[in-house]
Amino acid sequence: MVAMPLAEHMPSGDRSQRARWLIALLVLLTVATCLVSLRVGAAGVSPLAVLGDWLAGRDVGLRDRVILLDIRLPRMLTGVLVGASLAVSGAVMQGLFRNPLADPGIVGVSAGAGLGAVTAIVLGGLLPPALAVWAGMHLVPFAAFLGGLGSTLLLYRVSTRSGRTSVATMLLAGIALAALAGAATGMLVYVADDAQLRDLTFWGMGSIAGASWIKLAAAAPVMLAGLVAAPFLARALNAMALGESAALHLGIRVQMMKALAIVTVAASVGAAVAISGGIGFVGIVVPHLLRLAMGPDHRFLLPAAALLGGSLLLGADMVARVVVAPAELPIGIVTAIVGGPIFLWILLRKRGLVDL
Amino acid sequence: MRIAATAAALLMVAMPAVAQERIVVAGSALCETIAALDQTHRVIGRDTTCGYPAAMAALPDVGYLRALSAEGLLALNPDMILTGNDAGPPETMQLIEASAVPVVRIEAGYSQEGVLAQIRAVAGVLGVDGAALIASTEEAFARLAAARGDAAPIRAMFILSGTGGRVMASGHGTGADAMLRLAGAENVLAGFEGYRQVTDEALTAAAPEVIVMMNRSDDHALGDEQIRTHPALGLTPAARNGRILRMDGTFMLGFGPRTPEAAMALLAAMRN
Repeated sequence: MVAMPLAEHMPSGDRSQRARWLIALLVLLTVATCLVSLRVGAAGVSPLAVLGDWLAGRDVGLRDRVILLDIRLPRMLTGVLVGASLAVSGAVMQGLFRNPLADPGIVGVSAGAGLGAVTAIVLGGLLPPALAVWAGMHLVPFAAFLGGLGSTLLLYRVSTRSGRTSVATMLLAGIALAALAGAATGMLVYVADDAQLRDLTFWGMGSIAGASWIKLAAAAPVMLAGLVAAPFLARALNAMALGESAALHLGIRVQMMKALAIVTVAASVGAAVAISGGIGFVGIVVPHLLRLAMGPDHRFLLPAAALLGGSLLLGADMVARVVVAPAELPIGIVTAIVGGPIFLWILLRKRGLVDL
Repeated sequence: MRIAATAAALLMVAMPAVAQERIVVAGSALCETIAALDQTHRVIGRDTTCGYPAAMAALPDVGYLRALSAEGLLALNPDMILTGNDAGPPETMQLIEASAVPVVRIEAGYSQEGVLAQIRAVAGVLGVDGAALIASTEEAFARLAAARGDAAPIRAMFILSGTGGRVMASGHGTGADAMLRLAGAENVLAGFEGYRQVTDEALTAAAPEVIVMMNRSDDHALGDEQIRTHPALGLTPAARNGRILRMDGTFMLGFGPRTPEAAMALLAAMRN
C-alpha cells in the first residue's frame, strides 16, 4: 500500500506544511487549466477577443457565442466536476476499504451505471413514443444514474447485517454483482443492432463532449454535494487507516461514516458517469500520485484530489478535442493512455518498497 | 430503429435563398450523390464513412457520423450540414442548430425508389438540376431489371463477418438483403431481421448456391479456404462449387447512385 500505514515511516513527522503549499499550487493549476480550456478547441475562437468585442459593444457572431458559452464553458465545468468527483471518490474508497486498488467502481456504481446506460440505448426504442419524446436524449444519462445508485444500494443492503456493514463482504459481493451486471449487459449487447452497438462502444469510452447546460444543471448539484460532503469524512478516514476497531475506540461513528461515504460516492460517481460515460483511471491514479507527494492525511488529500482530478480530466479533454480535429477522441482513451503507464509505475515502485 | 424502404426527404429547416458553398456531409450515399451531381467543390468536410470518390476522401474528416463533435463541425465554418437520420449525438446536432447552421436530413431506403428520391432531394437542397443523374440512374436500373429478366432467383447468402468460425450473416431488412434481391438473388436467410450470428445447422440447411461477402482484410474476414473447411459452410453448394463472391462494402451496400452498377456487377458475377 502506498504510504498508507499511517505515520510509521514519516521522516520529519509533519508534512502538512508541504501539503498546504501543494494545495495552493493545485488551485493555481486548476484555474489555469480552466482558462486555457476556454481557449483550446478545433475552432480558433479566442475568449479574450470575444470578450473584448462584447465589451466594446461590437457584434459577437452567433457561432463564436455558441462555441464559447454553449460548448466550451459547460464542457469546462463538466470536466472539472467529473474529474474532481472521480478522484475524490477514489480517495474515499481507498481509505474506506483500506485497499490501494479500490476505485469508485468498487461499490458497484460503474457496473450498475453501465447496465443502465446499455438498457436505455438498446431498449429505449421500446418506450411508448410519448414517453420517449419526453425523455429524449436524457434517457441514457438518467438510466445510468439510476442504475449506478440502485446497484450500490443493493450492494449496501447485501453487506449490512444487524446495523453493521462488512467491508470485506461488500468487496466480494461487488465482484459478484459486477459479473451479474456484465451478463445482463452482454445479453443486451447480443440483441442490439449495428447502430446501437456503435453507440455502446462510444459510451464505454467516455466523453465529456456531450456536456450541456441542461445536463450540468441536473448532475452538478449531486456532484457538488458529494465534493462538499467528502471533507467531513477526512478525520474518520484517517482513523480508519488504523483499522476499524481502532477507529471505533477513537470515537469515530464508523457505521455512520461508512453509510455516508458509500452514499456520497455512489451519488457523485453515478452523476459523473451518467453525463460522461466510462472514464477510467482518474479515481485510482490521482489519489496515489498525491499520497506519494504529500502523504496520506485525508484532510489534505481530499481537497487536493478534487483539484488535481479536475484539472487532469480537463487537460485530457483538451487533448481529446484537438488531436484529431475536426473529429474528436473519446476521453476515456486519453485517460487510459496517460493513466495506464502511471499506474504501472506506481505498482513497480510499490513492489520496490516491498522488496526492500 | 431501421428505416423502412420508403424514402423521405426531411427538410428540417426552410432553405435560405442563397446557395450553400460550405457544406459538411455525413453519410456515404449522400457523399456519392453530391459527387455524382458534380458538386464536390461545395463540400468542405465529410464524415468517416465517406471514402468515395477520392476527391471526397481527401476532405477533412469530422469523425464518425454517430459521434460528431460540435466544435469540430463549427470550426469548419459550414453553412449547411447534410446528413441522414443517423447523425448524432443529439447534443451535437442541437448545438449546431443553435448556432443557426441548418441541418438537412435526407434518408434513403434500401431500394430503387429510395436511391432516386435521395438524388432528387440532394439536387433540390443543392439547388442544381438533377435530371441528368436521375435519368441515367433510372436507365441503369432499367438495364438491371432487363438483365434480371424472368430467370429464377439464385439462392444466395450474405456473410458480414466470420471471426473465429462464428458466422454473422444478413437476414431481411438490411442493405445486403435488398442488394441480393436487386441482383436477382433470393436471400436464403430471410427468417430474421438484421445481421445475426447464425448457427452451423441453419447455415447448412440454408444451402446457398452463392456466398456474397465484402472485401475486407481485417481479422473478421473469411478466406475461401476457411469457408471450404468450415464445418457448416463447407457443406453448402456455394462452397463445394467455389461460388464465393467478394465486393467492396461501400460500393455494394452504399445505396447511392452507384447502386444499379453494383447490383449489375453482382448479378453478372452470380450468373457467371
